[in-house]
Amino acid sequence: MKVKLLKLAHARSGDKGDTANVGIIAYKPEYYPFLKEILTPERVKKHFKGICRGKVERFELPNLWALNFLLHESLGGGGTETLRHDAQGKTLSTAFLRMEVDVPDNYAREWKLIPESSAEREIHSSD
Amino acid sequence: MKKQSVRIASGQGFWGDRADAPIDQVRKGPVDYLVMDYLAEVTMSIMQKQKMRDSRQGYALDIIPLMKEIILDIIEKNIRVITNAGGVNPMACRNAIFEIARKMGVKGLRIGIVYGDDIMSRIDEFLAAGVLLNHMETGESIEPVRHSLYSANVYLGSRPVVEALSQDAQIIITGRVTDTGLTLAPMIHEFGWQETDYNKLAAGIIAGHIIECGAQVTGGNFQAGWKEVPDMAHIGFPIIEAFPDGEFVVTKHENTGGLVDVRTVKEQLVYELGNPREYITPDVVADFTTISLSQEDKNRVRVHGVRGREPTEFYKVSVSYSDGWLSIGKLTYAWPDALQKAEKAGEIIRQRIKDLQLDLEEVHTEFLGLNACHGPLAHPIEDPNEVILQIGVRGYNQAHVERFSREMIPLVLGGPPTVTGFGSGRSRPKEVVAFWPALISRELVQPVVDVESI
Repeated sequence: MKVKLLKLAHARSGDKGDTANVGIIAYKPEYYPFLKEILTPERVKKHFKGICRGKVERFELPNLWALNFLLHESLGGGGTETLRHDAQGKTLSTAFLRMEVDVPDNYAREWKLIPESSAEREIHSSD
Repeated sequence: MKKQSVRIASGQGFWGDRADAPIDQVRKGPVDYLVMDYLAEVTMSIMQKQKMRDSRQGYALDIIPLMKEIILDIIEKNIRVITNAGGVNPMACRNAIFEIARKMGVKGLRIGIVYGDDIMSRIDEFLAAGVLLNHMETGESIEPVRHSLYSANVYLGSRPVVEALSQDAQIIITGRVTDTGLTLAPMIHEFGWQETDYNKLAAGIIAGHIIECGAQVTGGNFQAGWKEVPDMAHIGFPIIEAFPDGEFVVTKHENTGGLVDVRTVKEQLVYELGNPREYITPDVVADFTTISLSQEDKNRVRVHGVRGREPTEFYKVSVSYSDGWLSIGKLTYAWPDALQKAEKAGEIIRQRIKDLQLDLEEVHTEFLGLNACHGPLAHPIEDPNEVILQIGVRGYNQAHVERFSREMIPLVLGGPPTVTGFGSGRSRPKEVVAFWPALISRELVQPVVDVESI
């Protein structure tokens, strides 16, 4: 099933010059390996098309169930030079969490992402 | 005898943070140290300009009324204050605090200052001696911007602060000491940690990272659960309860708002993080992938397992320089067709810029309420009630940037209808201050510690 990353992780973003960082933190330890598999730098770069003009770097923090992304050339020149309303990329955290991800059905059931009513329907249909 | 634990309170996450936070920290429960971070990169250039105008300025002025308010509390409770409020003029900051202390009849107060971070006056000497100060990321030469520099400061570590503590300073006012070093210093002082106790030093640095942004770890800016944060109007600022073995607990005073849990701590840990295995400071290189967190009680998160390694041979330098001008103007358009009106106004401005042949590096348009935060990722909104047009320009010709500022407001009478939000007048051009990060060998910079009493 398709879900917004918002359901699986929380996030905080900040700046360092013209580079924004977004830390993506899985809500549950079982989500972490899945997020690690799907959130490749290529996919993240594509997601931020029109915002991130440079490369995307990714670092793993399995101890925090977290991935840290550096989005280079994403802040219009950075803190004091930028004309962007969000000069420090403070809101890129939730821009990231807008990403729609495809959770395999077995995971979706295990993680109880499928709403009760539709899960019931599924049981009925398999009767 | 060495203490078995020490409580270090954060009172300020930046210059302009909540004014009563440090007062609450010293009055609402037990603390041994109050640390306050006042310096962002841009702050140093502002302070340098202030000092050029008046040699008694160049520090965070807010510290003076604050010290007036809490000086008797900290003396009575023997709380020591460590802050980088000294900016580019720690000496003037100390003089001002001594002055209010004298007026209040305080005797025997010892204040230490830490400086030597300001290398502005030595730039020519360094360059002549072949110390290049090349850009640490791009490797470019500093030569093209050399004549428009505002400030140049080395990020010092905790050691000079520890020295001031060992000379019994009750208040320590520093220049550009790292935010994290302010928190590490009392741990080194109280627990006698050595320069090679890398794991412990790294733990202290991570404690500093956790509290350096104040309430951002106690439920502020908390993406995962902001709706469940109690009493944000009285949000408690964080406190580190540190132990000699390098473990520590993140907490806050009991009778305050906000919350501390594993999620709030994780969000702060990833804030402004680069490579988590290489969190480089002058004291140690900390490894964020070794951090273990556990919720040991309500509003108490224990941090353990931290590992670190030897620091590098360099100090980081932050150089600021003048890099042109910018101006940002706003107009608000109302329903119906709010977005079309705002778009039309944006087109008119671009046409005017072209007609006037304004020499600008960049013109940037955003529609606040629609896409300013998330740009192309924002979802479409049909028929909005209002849209704020924001246009920003940047250039090296101050007169041209100024001229742009004069072009926005005439649209109120001569552009698309139902426009408002121009009450504060036209935007003023602002000087752009840019930053040049570089590295410098440690042996070229000598931190100075000076403790005096009244």
